[in-house]
Amino acid sequence: MARIIVVTSGKGGVGKTTTSAAFAMGLAERGFKTVVIDFDVGLRNLDLIMGCERRVVYDFVNVISGEANVGQALIKDKRNPNLFILPASQTRDKEALTVEGVGKVLDELSAEFEFIICDSPAGIEKGATLAMYYADDAIVVTNPEVSSVRDSDRMIGILSSKSRRAEQNLDGIREFLLVTRYSPERVQRGEMLALEDVQEILSLDLIGVIPESPSVLNSSNAGVPVILDRESNAGQAYNDMVARYLGEDLPHRFLKAEKKGLLGRLFGG
Amino acid sequence: MALLDYFRQRKSNSASIAKERLQILVAHDRRVGGPSYLPQLERDLLKVIRKYVAVDNDAVSVSVEHDGRQEILELNIVLPD
Repeated sequence: MARIIVVTSGKGGVGKTTTSAAFAMGLAERGFKTVVIDFDVGLRNLDLIMGCERRVVYDFVNVISGEANVGQALIKDKRNPNLFILPASQTRDKEALTVEGVGKVLDELSAEFEFIICDSPAGIEKGATLAMYYADDAIVVTNPEVSSVRDSDRMIGILSSKSRRAEQNLDGIREFLLVTRYSPERVQRGEMLALEDVQEILSLDLIGVIPESPSVLNSSNAGVPVILDRESNAGQAYNDMVARYLGEDLPHRFLKAEKKGLLGRLFGG
Repeated sequence: MALLDYFRQRKSNSASIAKERLQILVAHDRRVGGPSYLPQLERDLLKVIRKYVAVDNDAVSVSVEHDGRQEILELNIVLPD
């Protein structure tokens, strides 16, 4: 039986796909057979972030509608043999997804994989609610910014009421907070919500803090999950997050502003 | 410009404004998500309390919190000094 994890946020552009790609690669690197599914039907992007956009033949909707089998649609990652990608359809709309259809595909994948990562689309429409429906765990991706925190709070409410686990009265989805695009310098200047503030408002277990970092854009430009950029703070922070998910107890890093010298403060901008 | 920012930075603290706004907003959003009888319950409670104490219009607030599988009905009444 695979563990199903949804990466969700409500708000768009906060880093769900970046996180899904990094998280899936991190699990695969630790030897777990992992598949990452793009639920953003009509606006697929996971294939681009994973760097396999030219190898898409069949997609998630093709599998649900029986036009292809799962094996035909899965794309094997070129860097890691444990990692597979199931791309979303670019031409259909979200109505092509059904509870039964998604359930059937997840069942089939569950027999072969240890972890299934569901990359949710933004919003609270069908794609997003189906991405979370079968989840065992949820990573709630949040920027330290008012609209993102508000949307995350809304998502947490939906997670606890509209999932299979809620409907069948099972234990609830385990929810984790991942704060992304965190800038300790701006927090220190009083321009950005501090980590403690975000945690206090959302009251979730913190699984990681990803610092604002140029390597995220560099990695997506190149189609490489940022976790593979081992020099970068963001890559290391994602690596810590994967370790924490697997039960390691690691302190959070990159939370303090780097000290600038006097000259740096005067001219550094 | 960096020099100017350095002297200016102590004044601006938009983060605390953000936190304050969010706390109010999130509490409100969570109430909206609750059962539909909450506003009426609030009005009725206000009426009953007013039989005994003169309280403000916004003295009573009712909210539902979700804690795992439990729902907690939280009732807050602010009495005048």
